[in-house]
Amino acid sequence: MAIALVLVLIVVGSVLFHFLSPWWWTPIASNWDYIDNTIIITFWITGAVFAAVVLFMAYCVFRFRHREGNRAAYEPENKRLESWLTIVTAVGVTSLLVPGLFVWSRFVTVPSDATEIEVIGQQWQWSFRLPGKDGKLGTSDTRDVSADNPLGVIPGDPNGQDDVVVEAADLHLPVGKPVKVLLRSIDVLHDFYIPEFRAKMDMIPGSVTYFWFTPTRTGSFQVLCAELCGQGHPLMHGMVMVDTEQDYLAWLGQQQTFAQLSTPQKTGSADQTPDRTMPSGLKVAAQLETVGSR
Amino acid sequence: MVDVTPADAVPPAEVGEMELYHPHSWWTKYVFSQDAKVIAIQYSATATSIGLVALVLSWLMRLQLGFPGTFDFITPEAYYQFITMHGMIMVIYLLTALFLGGFGNYLIPLMVGARDMVFPYVNMLSYWIYLLAVLVLVSSFFAPGGPTGAGWTLYPPQAIMSGTPGGQDWGIILMLSSLILFIIGFTMGGLNYVVTVLQGRTRGMTMMRLPLTVWGIFTATVMALLAFPALFVACVMMLLDRTLGTSFFMPAISEMGEQLPHNGGSPILFQHLFWFFGHPEVYIVALPAFGIVSDLISTHARKNIFGYRMMVWAIVGIGALSFVVWAHHMYVSGMNPYFGFFFATTTLIIAVPTAIKVYNWVLTLWRGDIHLTIPMLFALAFIVTFVNGGLTGLFLGNVVVDVPLSDTMFVVAHFHMVMGVAPIIVVFGAIYHWYPKVTGRMLDETLGRFHFWVTFLGAYLIFFPMHYLGLMGVPRRYAELTDMTIMTESAHHLNSFISIMAFIVGFAQMVFLFNLIWSIRHGREAGGNPWRATTLEWQTPQTPPAHGNFGKDLPIVYRWAYDYSVPGAKEDFIPQNVPGAFAPSREPA
Ligand code: HEM
Ligand SMILES: [Cu+2]
Ligand SMILES: [Cu+2]
Repeated sequence: MAIALVLVLIVVGSVLFHFLSPWWWTPIASNWDYIDNTIIITFWITGAVFAAVVLFMAYCVFRFRHREGNRAAYEPENKRLESWLTIVTAVGVTSLLVPGLFVWSRFVTVPSDATEIEVIGQQWQWSFRLPGKDGKLGTSDTRDVSADNPLGVIPGDPNGQDDVVVEAADLHLPVGKPVKVLLRSIDVLHDFYIPEFRAKMDMIPGSVTYFWFTPTRTGSFQVLCAELCGQGHPLMHGMVMVDTEQDYLAWLGQQQTFAQLSTPQKTGSADQTPDRTMPSGLKVAAQLETVGSR
Repeated sequence: MVDVTPADAVPPAEVGEMELYHPHSWWTKYVFSQDAKVIAIQYSATATSIGLVALVLSWLMRLQLGFPGTFDFITPEAYYQFITMHGMIMVIYLLTALFLGGFGNYLIPLMVGARDMVFPYVNMLSYWIYLLAVLVLVSSFFAPGGPTGAGWTLYPPQAIMSGTPGGQDWGIILMLSSLILFIIGFTMGGLNYVVTVLQGRTRGMTMMRLPLTVWGIFTATVMALLAFPALFVACVMMLLDRTLGTSFFMPAISEMGEQLPHNGGSPILFQHLFWFFGHPEVYIVALPAFGIVSDLISTHARKNIFGYRMMVWAIVGIGALSFVVWAHHMYVSGMNPYFGFFFATTTLIIAVPTAIKVYNWVLTLWRGDIHLTIPMLFALAFIVTFVNGGLTGLFLGNVVVDVPLSDTMFVVAHFHMVMGVAPIIVVFGAIYHWYPKVTGRMLDETLGRFHFWVTFLGAYLIFFPMHYLGLMGVPRRYAELTDMTIMTESAHHLNSFISIMAFIVGFAQMVFLFNLIWSIRHGREAGGNPWRATTLEWQTPQTPPAHGNFGKDLPIVYRWAYDYSVPGAKEDFIPQNVPGAFAPSREPA
């Protein structure tokens, strides 16, 4: 009989845990509260089904447990009941799928006023590129990657000259403006994930992937890599700061363009961040060293 | 209503019986044996041994996650090696081998009323190649650079590059070679299982009289024969990329400031090949579990399985549909996002036949005569964990909901619940159920109940709360959970709790192993049919069954596998090989 009681406790315990435990998603910071809502719908429907099935089982185990002289009923099938259950399930599943696909179509439809920015992953750090005054990102190619051109911007492309390059440092974004994030990797798979934005997408060497979102509140948000990319994967953190318009412009003014960076002699290399000359991944590699020898 | 099981119509024997190869020496009887039952035990013992390695690896990972920074020897490198070997062993070398090679070999010939598999020699080869695959896998622990740390998904380019443990050493080469061997070995066994079910059934055993265990294993094997080739080519191509420098999966890459001599390959092609195998693989371990659990529930509730025909069609339907859902593992892989509409729809459609199976299990309990034996307890636990894991699948299958949850601990919790805990729990139930047939003795009841409660409750406590860490955003495959702004202090405490539960559950498995070994000699004598079950394996003249299974004459089958509590019959079960009217209520026995 213990099992019937335990089944009931599992349902009660799981529901209480869901509502009372302190572990829940982080406060959202993007327009994707649609996704949160879809999750909530899913929790309600699946939670109800879970409770119903397990409680029904508990009842059966209690009510039809073996006692001396008991005999089971003989009922091979019941077409009516089976069709009803099939129909009800199909309705339930549809009520999850339809809102889901509706939100997905928003997710894949980038608004026309979204600003394109680029995120580049490499073992094991994040870099960023923003279009310059022309509003266009220059084309890129992994084979152009070198110490002077760490993001592989094609040097001959005029669109690329004024691109703002942020190597291995924080990205800033203005609040309330939709952005389309173009994702690129120069070595292995990575995944640009910010829990507060509820969005993520893999980056694939040789392709450009994308997603879009609108940051809805200012603050600093940690970037996590969400695709296994080698031993530095768990340390591949980055930072995105969502700023007010003025703060953003002030930050932007301090950044350097591709043209400036690729001719360091003229701009005076002393002003540059020391990070830039560090070979990629070295920071994390050094960190790994300390982890290993702890 | 009762047209499921016409009792007449036993077709005449069409072909005469063939003589089996009879072993002449100890070696051919116990080592290079062609008897499916011996092969089954060899498969099971090997799978269990390597499974223990995977269990130990899971403790090491839980040490690191639960108590970050405490254990110096678990470097990120080591963590990724543990995770990869743990995942691959559990899915392929334990569960696939155990369900198909172990249970398949033991139960198919017995349940369909055959003397052995159709090709006994090939069946023997299948095991030895499997063993070789396991040895190659194990050897990577001792190879320079250690085993691969690419994750069980082995995604290139990372899998064959120097930033990944074993990527430029032996690890990945040995892993790919081992998988190739496994697939060759499996194909030999798999063809056997399929042909035996199709051609080796005894007189009267129509397809629609097969026990659901056989249906589950049969369908899973057909799927595996169709799915493994995709993995096979993926492994061969990656091996070529790694050893000969081809570029099937390798685009132009700049690694740590150095240009690699690759160009033009597609990393995402590998993912499609991998998941074209990988998703059906989930059902390859699930369908045998579905089948077995149906039989456990029916036998121990003394009631026919509810909706047998629906159950068969659900198994076949799930098997077929599972070939068109693979890209739901790739919603955020960077494939064309419009694929999401298609794959979310097919994925959620699969929920319908799956739900039907669940309904039919619980409806079998309804108005049953439920004996709370250990196999029954495990069957009930399976329903709970499977329903839980299946329902979280509706989160991850619904493309947009997957976006925040993909690659987080939510996924880890989901797949452990649905394809880790649930099938393993069926394995346990099945072992408690069939051990008496295999050894002639019962497993110890007290140890068994201890094992059940700790495993069931412990596993639920490990994996249920873990979903909420994923909801919080904690990524999977993180060897270091330091400097994570999203993780609260209490989230770390939760991780410690999960780890402690994992050790406790692991300990219970040691008790189980002890029981397995101890009961061979000291268990209670079981007799031929301790559960009073209907299927043919319980009707053998000897227990354990001798070579050839059924003595001089093969059984003739007169009824389906589920004649429990037939109204009017004296006993509450009628074995499949007992002739006579179907519904004795009209003519009391
Ligand atoms: C109580 C038993 C088990 C425990 C404590 C356990 C624990 C773990 C842990 C800690 C991870 C790594 C999570 C991460 O960092 O991403 C993992 C991964 C995994 N486990 Fe288990 N596990 C158990 C049983 C199983 C079983 C029975 C299966 C069979 C399906 C399984 C299959 C996997 C797979 C496929 C992975 C993913 C490996 C990867 O990410 O490459 N585990 N497990
Ligand atoms: Cu990464
Ligand atoms: Cu990563």
